[in-house]
Amino acid sequence: MDDMNPADIQGDMQEHTLNLYECGPRKVYTVDREIPFPEGKLIVSLTDTKGIITHANRAFVEMSGYEEDELIGQEHSILRHPDMPAAAFKGLWDDLAAGKKWHGYVKNLRKDGAYYWVYATVVANVRQGKVVGYTSVRRKPSRKKINECITLYKELKDAE
Amino acid sequence: MPNNRKYNLTVSPDFKPDRIAGWYIFNTWLQKKTGLDIHLELYDNFEEQRSAIRNQQIDLIYANPFDTAMLVRELDFKALVKPADKADEAVIVCCEDNPANCIEDLREGCRIIATDDPDINMIGMRMIEPADLDDSNTTTTQVANYVVLAKRLISGDADIGFFLKEAYDDLTNITKRRLKVLVTSQISVIYHSVLAAPSLADQYESLSQALLNINTDAKGPGVLDALGIKGFEAMSEEDAEFMIDLMETLRD
Ligand SMILES: Cc1cc2nc3c(=O)[nH]c(=O)nc-3n(C[C@H](O)[C@H](O)[C@H](O)COP(=O)(O)O)c2cc1C
Repeated sequence: MDDMNPADIQGDMQEHTLNLYECGPRKVYTVDREIPFPEGKLIVSLTDTKGIITHANRAFVEMSGYEEDELIGQEHSILRHPDMPAAAFKGLWDDLAAGKKWHGYVKNLRKDGAYYWVYATVVANVRQGKVVGYTSVRRKPSRKKINECITLYKELKDAE
Repeated sequence: MPNNRKYNLTVSPDFKPDRIAGWYIFNTWLQKKTGLDIHLELYDNFEEQRSAIRNQQIDLIYANPFDTAMLVRELDFKALVKPADKADEAVIVCCEDNPANCIEDLREGCRIIATDDPDINMIGMRMIEPADLDDSNTTTTQVANYVVLAKRLISGDADIGFFLKEAYDDLTNITKRRLKVLVTSQISVIYHSVLAAPSLADQYESLSQALLNINTDAKGPGVLDALGIKGFEAMSEEDAEFMIDLMETLRD
């Protein structure tokens, strides 16, 4: 996956290198700016069985800061924020492999380096008895839960 | 090809009372158009309707999205069409003099008033989560319809009400002036649909064609008007599966 482009970032940025599972190292830039979850909306994406984005609704595209054609065909880790612990996504993939629905709080990284928190639910798309992909639907999380996750994710990160 | 069997049509019980006549007009039109013998059976509530469906008493249904999963995945119904431009959106409303101005202003112990409309109630419960509210720290009173809901909300019987957006918009201006909208959903991919049971398998195509072409039929526009629907759009199997997966993410 391409590195993020510092020219897309506004404000005081920090550089990090993520080690993505499928894509290897990716340089990302973050700024300390939170974008509020859009009121009343759901952020929806579909992926294939490997986590490659096959569909994104308008709220998804707008919140990510990317254009739709920059998202379709990319790994979902294009939104991976360096503050997210690996354990969160391991839990996601383990649950999906076990045929379970997954819920979790996720801090996502935008193209402009800012971030947004979501409460995500992922289910398998089962067609004719086979898993052909996944649907992820994100809704607005409570501030209390976000604050708990900030503490928890920092502990998990520090232990990595 | 028409046949001499008898079929039952039913309608999601969340339709507005003044649309009952419209569904009878629709049924008469559909019988003429397809040559099928169809009886319209209406139910007072979702529970009664679901048990009729499970007892295989229903062949054709204008279904609430909440029931689409059961109909398609358990009972093998096929999605035929959906109404054009008519997604189900929910509105959470409080009294105009309530100090709350957004969902996050709501507190534990919040008293909810709602109808038995299952998709709107599900969306409503999801939209109060940002205030850390759920079944365990709220109470819900159920009422028969949205007009009663508005009245009871205004008289202080509850703190917030869950409305179908269309029903809220239809309230009189006098009523709306006494209420305040806290949040409106903008989901756009949850909608009612016309589904047919396997008993109608040989009629799927003719039913779909009749409904898709209703706008160009001489009597069609009058029928649509009576239903408050602009027309019907094709709905593929994958459209139905997509919506069912999405609803599944919202169940908890
Ligand atoms: C349907 C679906 C949606 C996902 N949504 C996100 C997301 O919004 N943000 C994110 O960082 N990872 C998301 N993931 C997880 C990524 O695929 C990936 O596992 C994660 O970003 C961590 O990267 P890595 O697995 O390369 O270490 C999603 C996965 C699936 C299957």
